[in-house]
Amino acid sequence: MKDYLVLRVIAKMIIAFMLMFALYVQFHADFGPGGGFQAGVIAAASIIFYAIIYGLPAARRVVPDWLVETMVAAGVMLFALVGVAGMLLGGNYLDYFVLHSDPVEGQHRGIFWVELGVLITVSGVMLKIFYLFAGRASGEDAEP
Amino acid sequence: MTFASHYTYWVTIFLAIAGIYIVIARGNLVKKLVGLAIFQTSVYLIYIAPGKLIGGTAPIVSPQFQVYSNPLPHVLILTAIVVGVATLALGLALVVRIKEAYGSIEEDEILEQDRST
Amino acid sequence: MATLAIIAQRNLFSVVILFGIYSFLMATVLVALDAVDVGMTEAAVGAGISLVLFLGVLHLTTGEEMKPLHRPLLPLAVALATGIMLVYGTLGLPAFSDPNAPPHRHVVPRYIHDGPRETGVPNVVTAVLASYRGFDTLGEVVVVFTGGVGVIALLRRGRRGKKEAG
Repeated sequence: MKDYLVLRVIAKMIIAFMLMFALYVQFHADFGPGGGFQAGVIAAASIIFYAIIYGLPAARRVVPDWLVETMVAAGVMLFALVGVAGMLLGGNYLDYFVLHSDPVEGQHRGIFWVELGVLITVSGVMLKIFYLFAGRASGEDAEP
Repeated sequence: MTFASHYTYWVTIFLAIAGIYIVIARGNLVKKLVGLAIFQTSVYLIYIAPGKLIGGTAPIVSPQFQVYSNPLPHVLILTAIVVGVATLALGLALVVRIKEAYGSIEEDEILEQDRST
Repeated sequence: MATLAIIAQRNLFSVVILFGIYSFLMATVLVALDAVDVGMTEAAVGAGISLVLFLGVLHLTTGEEMKPLHRPLLPLAVALATGIMLVYGTLGLPAFSDPNAPPHRHVVPRYIHDGPRETGVPNVVTAVLASYRGFDTLGEVVVVFTGGVGVIALLRRGRRGKKEAG
């Protein structure tokens, strides 16, 4: 598909927009619908879109395998570590209000880091699954 | 109890039955997974539909609105959707492997091959 | 409805596309029911990721469904019988959108009233998901992780000397 100029140009614009939208959804979880899961899926979808237009090897160069696999585990670790941080600062596991002198601000921080962990893991898993399915097809540049 | 007050349940039941029917009655593995996904979405509706209050709004607190729809099912279903897609991915991966091992994704053919070996 | 078409269709590609349409319709219904977070997630996940994965599987397998060998009378009877029993069960459920129904009464008013004050987050769904019921979210992330690991375990191919690009 990389021979169609119109698709390539449009794809570049849309992919940038999709990534920005994913970040917007992630950080606006407090005030509108959104949160880690939606943002993770949208971010993975943008990379998948890139892979569809430009081919799987190109996508693998941009987001290599080791990065995706690290992302899958790192998000869960981040989530768990937030809980441990809560314990180290005096509360129970996953208590947010001890993370800052002002308990409400502590909640904000805890929710921020937790959603970030969710985003990393969800987008990593979705992307990894896509890589596996698409790479299985012929082992080279193939459309799903 | 009138028709209007309960028909939402019946619509979701229809979807659930359709999903279950596809899973039981069709032999193609991919179609079974689609039926399972339909069943899952009907279950989401079963949880969320009773949570809505007519005249309420989305559960984002703001000074302009007083009545909010119930946010608790939303939380549960959000988790359920993501878990559902994880299981769907696993199911699809299994289908791919079955295809490579048996050469077919029709349940009858697969059982034939198992019986004859 | 889209579901009846999905049942009847045998070309798997159109089944998958119909499923995508069905997912989008479901997301719209969810938003109409005030479940904005859920609708967005269903739209992104159901109509996005699921579609891509299904299309991937279709590319790897066949595109047609076989004609069923025997008339599906028994499954149809089972499905209808279950449906009738479920309908009978819903007669006892509260009417649609009744503010006095049990789901609305015990814990939820506390979440709605105290949530924004205690957590500083107006979106009650996010507050409950990340703070009040944070353990559930931790479990969910672990499930997603496990699903990913499972797919990796199923589909990983050994490096048989094939040149990997990047």
